[in-house]
Amino acid sequence: MNSDIYQQGIKSLAAARLACEPLERPDAQVTLDNPLCGDRVTVAIKLQEGGAMALSYKVKGCLLCQAAMNAIGAAASEGSSLSGLDDVAEQLSSMLKGESTQSRWPPKWQSLALFEPVAAHKNRHSCVLLPFKAVAQAQAVAVKAI
Amino acid sequence: MHSLAESHAEILAEILAENYADGDALSSDLRQQFPLLSETIQGHPLAYLDSAATTPMPQPVIDALVHFETHCRANIERSSHTLACRATDAYQLARQQVASYLGVEDAEQIVFSSGATASINLVAQGLAEQLRPGDEILVSAAEHHSNLIPWQRLRDTRGIILKTIPLTSEGRLDLAGLDKLLTSRCRLIAVTHASNVTGAITDVQSIVRAARRVGAWVLLDGAQAAAHGPLDLPALGVDFYAFSGHKCFGPTGVGVLWGRAECLQVLTPLKVGGGMVEAVTLEQASFKGGYRRFEAGTPPIAQAVALGAALEWLQGLPWHQLREQQRRLSKKLLSGLRAVPGLRLLGPGLVDAGSLGSESLGRGSLENRLPIFSFEIEGMHSHDICHLLDQRGVALRGGKHCAQPLHAAFDMTATSRASIGLFNNTADIDALLEGLWLARKILL
Repeated sequence: MNSDIYQQGIKSLAAARLACEPLERPDAQVTLDNPLCGDRVTVAIKLQEGGAMALSYKVKGCLLCQAAMNAIGAAASEGSSLSGLDDVAEQLSSMLKGESTQSRWPPKWQSLALFEPVAAHKNRHSCVLLPFKAVAQAQAVAVKAI
Repeated sequence: MHSLAESHAEILAEILAENYADGDALSSDLRQQFPLLSETIQGHPLAYLDSAATTPMPQPVIDALVHFETHCRANIERSSHTLACRATDAYQLARQQVASYLGVEDAEQIVFSSGATASINLVAQGLAEQLRPGDEILVSAAEHHSNLIPWQRLRDTRGIILKTIPLTSEGRLDLAGLDKLLTSRCRLIAVTHASNVTGAITDVQSIVRAARRVGAWVLLDGAQAAAHGPLDLPALGVDFYAFSGHKCFGPTGVGVLWGRAECLQVLTPLKVGGGMVEAVTLEQASFKGGYRRFEAGTPPIAQAVALGAALEWLQGLPWHQLREQQRRLSKKLLSGLRAVPGLRLLGPGLVDAGSLGSESLGRGSLENRLPIFSFEIEGMHSHDICHLLDQRGVALRGGKHCAQPLHAAFDMTATSRASIGLFNNTADIDALLEGLWLARKILL
């Protein structure tokens, strides 16, 4: 059984329990589904002073979806504003499409390199990208609400 | 066309004349007729367990399709040249073959559509003008989205009331409170004949009896059930029956709506245009009767012809032996699933395998159900399971199977589904069970 995408690094990342505590009065909450496979991601964010952001999420999804969500959670837990999330998501998408290999990731996004083997499995790309879409949507909703 | 179908029937009859003491021998002989099943996937023999989504086509059906396209391709009921006549004959023969499979005498009541979804929409939109605000339609919580959303639309556009039959803990329609749900305003009960997730077969007799008491019609979504043997619609007593070709060993892009003549007559055609008219002036048009009212434009002719061949092929199979074989495989699968820690089955059979004893594969678990098994395993998402099983050549479906309310009712995000077809054998079930254990090793 070829388990190239289920390496220990991905499994560890998926198993991490980050940003699970619910936020009090979040500025935005977004739930996105991947109807093909049944992944569901719920993201809540609360904007903080200085552009920082508190993040909380819940994933009912596959291992790849959980790992991707935790990659974002880890980046956010370092006090980031996640302001460059769109660029990171684009770079990730590009890597999955095989358009760019050996990507140079910003320091707090190094774990995204673990997803490189997923490129060969087109039907799994949406699993990895769903959390990025959810956070981006939540960010947009929160900014609009201010 | 007819002679081709006959020759296939003769070949099949020869094969089936043999005595099949071992169910796998029957499956194996049938398997030979499916070119797709000789594919290897990731270096493994294909164990196709996704018939509930789409069945492969046996060679006689492929031959019928190719024969039509090669020797008969033309439009129907329009031109008088030889090819047009062949095409018309083949198309109308297909209608007869469908009628025969459904056990109905009048082929005029067979409408070809693009699939079960289109057939159900044809009824929903066709009834729209007849319905008044406050009229009621009853569905169940087990419905495929195709038999839910069309009625939700009627609720939103026509002000009808949409009521839902709840489910038992086994995922069957809970008919205990049916009489309380039904009022004199109920116009239609639209339910699945058998669930695409749980495999549970609906107690149609009880539904029809209850419907008749309030003067309501009954529509059955037969997308799953139709592939599991010839039907007897008059005995079922329903008013509409919808199913798809691609789940019945036929091509994609074709389906059927059967309706009792007086019910079809009430429906307003969803689409209008050429082929359905008696006379047209610049001011108005008059329409033909029967199925013709619903087949405006050029229908899926080749697909219908091949569907007819598929149903004739199905009709010639030894269903008693096949059902025994499917029951044997189902039992093996259920027993195997029961051994997987943390597995929860959605449907009749065993539940919460980890917490139940050997008696969990209880009496009745294989009764009144199709061989469709959806399950979740604690700590393993269906997409991961299906991905890893595919690496072993096992084709399953993961997700919500277009039945989100059903999954919500059981607090399940997604399930993996194995559906057994008439060509499956013990090796397929073994491949699935072995794959599940390997996937567990990798994921947990």
